[in-house]
This record gives sequence, C-alpha cells and structure tokens, in this order.
Amino acid sequence: MTRLSPPAPPMHNRPATPPPRPAGRVIPAMLITISLAYLTLFLFLPLITVFTEALRKGFATYAAAYSDPAALAAIRLTLLVAAIAVPLNLVFGLCAAWAIAKFEFRGKRLLITLIDIPLAVSPVISGMIYVLLYGGNSLLGARLLDADIQIIFAVPGIVLATIFVTLPFVARETIPLMEAQGIEEEQAAMTLGAGPFQTFFRVTLPNVKWAVLYGVILCNARAMGEFGAVSVVSGHIRGKTNTLPLHVEILYNEYNFVAAFAMASLLTLLALMTLLLKSIVEHRSRHAAPDPVTRIPTLVTATPEPQT
Amino acid sequence: MSIEVHHVSKHFGTYTALHDVCLTVPTGQLVALLGPSGSGKTTLLRIIAGLEPADPAPHPEGAIYFHSRDVAGINARDRQVGFVFQHYALFRHMTVFENIAFGLRVRRRRDRPSRSEIRSRVQELLELVQLEGLAQRFPNQLSGGQRQRVALARALAGEPKVLLLDEPFGALDAKVRKELRTWLRNLQKDLHVTTLFVTHDQDEALEVADQIVVMNHGRIEQIGTPDQVFHHPASEFVMRFLGDVNTFHGRVNRGTVQFSSLELPFPHERQQIAGEARVFVRPYDVTIDTKSNGLPCLEARVVRIHSAGPLVRVELVTSTQQHLISEISQERFATMQLEPESRVFVRPRHIRVFASEPEVQNPPTAEATTHSAN
Repeated sequence: MTRLSPPAPPMHNRPATPPPRPAGRVIPAMLITISLAYLTLFLFLPLITVFTEALRKGFATYAAAYSDPAALAAIRLTLLVAAIAVPLNLVFGLCAAWAIAKFEFRGKRLLITLIDIPLAVSPVISGMIYVLLYGGNSLLGARLLDADIQIIFAVPGIVLATIFVTLPFVARETIPLMEAQGIEEEQAAMTLGAGPFQTFFRVTLPNVKWAVLYGVILCNARAMGEFGAVSVVSGHIRGKTNTLPLHVEILYNEYNFVAAFAMASLLTLLALMTLLLKSIVEHRSRHAAPDPVTRIPTLVTATPEPQT
Repeated sequence: MSIEVHHVSKHFGTYTALHDVCLTVPTGQLVALLGPSGSGKTTLLRIIAGLEPADPAPHPEGAIYFHSRDVAGINARDRQVGFVFQHYALFRHMTVFENIAFGLRVRRRRDRPSRSEIRSRVQELLELVQLEGLAQRFPNQLSGGQRQRVALARALAGEPKVLLLDEPFGALDAKVRKELRTWLRNLQKDLHVTTLFVTHDQDEALEVADQIVVMNHGRIEQIGTPDQVFHHPASEFVMRFLGDVNTFHGRVNRGTVQFSSLELPFPHERQQIAGEARVFVRPYDVTIDTKSNGLPCLEARVVRIHSAGPLVRVELVTSTQQHLISEISQERFATMQLEPESRVFVRPRHIRVFASEPEVQNPPTAEATTHSAN
C-alpha cells in the first residue's frame, strides 16, 4: 500500500465577493457610529477620567499615594485574598467540572445550578450571609469568638466572602468545553492502561487547559475587584481589613480625590491587563486547536469593578 | 488468546441490547461482528473491552473469558485489550508519537520501558502502520486513513493479546476503506493477534474475516465462515442481510415448493419444512431467456436495464405482478438483445426456503427452522 489518502479535491471554490447591496454601506456605518458613541460615553470617558484625575496634581502626588502605609496594606491584603481564593476555586472548579462532565450521577443539573448562585445573588447579600453565619450574634460565630477566632470584620471573613463571590468562574468556563469533548478520549486512555488520575492529568486537563486558564483570569480579576460582599464583612479597619476597592471608597469619602483615583487607576490597570491576558489566551487556544469544539466558550465576562 | 462469551445479556432501561449471547473467538482469528445498526454488535464489543458492564448474572453461567480466565471483575484498564474507536478518539493535544507512546508511559514504574525503549517501540509501530514521517504531527493535521492507522498503532503499542475494533473503516471514503481493510487483514495475519471487529458492511466482513458473526436485535443469527454465511444462510435475516434477494410467498408440500406459478423440488441441502414458506432467490440466480425451453418458468416483462457494471441488472415484472431483479453477464445480455418491454421467460436457478413466521421483525433462527421440519 503506497498511498492511502487520495489527492485532495479542490476544497473551497470561493465565490467572488458579492456586489455590495444598496444598504451595504449605510447600515454598518450607522451601527459602528452608535457603538462607538455608546462606548465613548460609558467606557472611554470614565476610563480616561480615572487616569486624568489620578495625575491631575502631577506624577509626584500620584506616586505619593502609594507610599501611604494604609494603601500598601490594602494592596497586600488584596493580593493575599486573591492568592487564597483563586487556587481554592481552581481546585473546586476542576473537581466540579470533572464530576459533571465525565460522570453520571443524580442531581447533576442541580449542582450546575448551585454553582451559578453566586452570580445570581447580589454581592451585598453574599456578604450579609457570612455576617449572619459567622457574626458575633450567631451561634457559630459566638463559639468561634470564644475560641478567639474572629471571622467577620477580619481577614478570614473577607477571604470567605471573596471565595463565595468568585466560586463559579473556573467551573463555568471549564464544564461546557469538557462536556463538548465527550468521554471517548478518556475511555481510550483507560483501555491503554491509564488510571483515573493519569487519565485526568494527561488527557482531560490538557484538553481544557485554555478554558481553565481563562476561568482563573476572570476569577482573579473578580477576587481583586470585589467590593460589595467584602464591604459588608470587612469592617473597614484602615490598614487592617481594607482591600484595594474599599480603600478607594474611603479615600474618596475623605475628599482625597488624587489618592482615590490613583488607587482606582491601579485597579483599572488590573482590568486592562486582564483583558490583555484574556485575548492572548483566546488567541492561543484558537491556534492550539483549530477544531471549533475546543474553542473557549464565552460565558461569563466579568471584569473588576473599580469603585470610584 | 481466545475470547469466550457465555450467556451475556445487556439492557438499557427496558431496551434489550443483547439477549443471551454466546460466542467463541479462537486464538489468532479475525472475526467480524456483522449486523445492522441497533443489532447490539458495538455493545457486545464494548462489554468484551470492559467499557460497559454486562447485566449482572441474568444467567447462572453468564461470563466472559479471555483464554479461560474470567474477566468479569477486571476493569478496562487491566484487561490488556487493544481498542480502536469508531472515531479513533486520538488524544488531540498530543503528537502522533505521544499518542502511540501513551500506553507505555502510563504503566506502573516497574513495568515501564525506558525512554529509549519507548522511542524505538514507537518507531517500530510507525513503520508498521507506514507513518514514519508523521511522528510530530497532531491528529487534526492527518487524513482519516492516517488517523485510523495512528489509532491502530496506539492500540498495538502494549502488545495486547486481543484487538477490538469498532467500525474501523466506517468514517473513511470507499477507496481508502478497501485499501485499508486488505492491509489490516495482512497485518492481523502477521501479528497473529486475536481480533474482533464490528461492521455493518457485509462486503467488508466477507472479504476480511475468518469467521462472521451475524447479529440482529441483540441476538446472534449465525456464526460461520464467509462461505457458510453467504452460501448457506441459517435464517431469512442472514439471507437478506448478505446481499440482494428476490422474495416470494409460497407453500411447501411433500418435497416441492410452490410459489407464483412455479412448482420446484425442495432444495435438498436443507431440512424439510412444511406449510407456508418464504422463497428467496439471489438476482444472479435468476436466469432470463427470450424463448421457453420447456422447463418450468415465469413469464415476465422487462421494466428497466442497468448495464453499467460487471453484471447487467434487469428489473422485471412477472405476469402475476411480482417484481423481480435478475443479474446476467454482459455477454449473455449482448446475445439476447433485451430492451424495456421485452417479453422474457424467467427461471430461478437456485432457491432458498424458510418457514414463514407470523412476525417478520424476529426472523426465525436456525434452530426454529430445524424444529419446524420435524
């Protein structure tokens, strides 16, 4: 047998570009104008304002805002919270996706719905739940306080609230792709002698790595930018329980606009970086897998909300 | 290593996918599971591979043996079968090399070959499947036939004693399919690995297999060599499934078969039956003549002629409004000068008779026909 594949037939006899229809120019132009006007009004103007306000009194004042110990503490706390919440939600998201996409069990749809709850609930209510559960007035919270463990108005509460709010991202990005890929490759791995963990780490996970990374980026952005839930549980103790978004609000309320916008610009930069990473990941995943099925699905697109 | 299947059944909810199936695949043979879709052939293959559990003990002796070792409690991972999936299921993020090496890489440390051993083994397999230059390609950069051969090389990497293939050529175009199946047959004979493959294409099964297992509605209709199932079908279903047939309703009475206006001797190779019967004639067993030669025959009218092909296919309608198809050689066609509306005399050269069953959906099995003869 010399040649198995027959000569490829001409695949695309692409028709010549169709002549432009009468409405072919007016409508796109109109749509683009509307979109641009909308974006300018609601996106570009605020974005530019953040940086112009931050730099209004010169770069020295802008830099000074970062030397404030409270600001540094807020940045440190924000990084700490993200460093705890993101890995935990990564592990949870992978476990949930693995279970939902590759195994059959009762209550699967219910689990998928449960994962969405943090997206459906207002962040303020998420924070309230933790206050009610772990606050000094609750049974559990009182017990913990007796044992000298403070959850609410302390770092643990902030971490818990952030975990809750950012819980869906990795799972939501990973599940649809894993489900679309089916279980044939896993079965093939099994017949080749691979155990369940070998199969997961060598076959299942590499096939969804871009979706997972995408989920992690979104999760991180939200973890650093979350305001509502964290605001309720934090207690706003300067230098102790203020994350970056909360610190921005305090500075703003003190009429310290330059410092407030300086901090906000940091969050904005984080958002822009997230967008950049996101498009890099999308680009990479598209090039790694021309197969349309393996493309990253765009489900939840959340960018941090700089509170200004 | 031989495969023995004893009394295996499988239900999906209320649907019976397999009904009390028994089967033996002798060591080193190439056996085809042949049947229409929904006949349970893929389910049987997946149960043998351990990818699907059989129904728990519907029969006291229900079991699957690999070389007289019961594999019921052994999962797919440890059965050491090579399985080739219908759509190949190649690992899309791995190169051809990595795909083939996978089975060796995931072995427990003490059984795992060294890096250089894996490299040379993969190289050997790439040569075997004639893909030497493509080791660094990804599956989506290969043609269907190439993917198929990667899947085969991957399945063979661990030197399995049993090779199972699910519709191995189903997704390929006709020409590639023909080349590949001849190649697979030669490869199987060289490697001498017990092989079971699923197909719905009777030509493929007849051409490639040592033994054919014809399945229908979760039951085995007949097991035999290609010659046996083709020339001596055990049931109406096998007769119909392995090629075109002309069907008549008839009666068997004291050694003769009556159908249409004909009365022919009962074919002596088969056990006698009596009463209502169905009579089958393959198109190439229908002879046509423009003159009556005195032998019992049917009068018919030519409706349509297809002469493109090795045989000429003539569609006929008898005087009793029965539609018939006859296949004759090009030479014979040329001497007769047939054309539509020609009047001809038709004679079945060879008939096969099966007792009529009230239910057409469950064709009689070989046993049923034999019993009704007594």
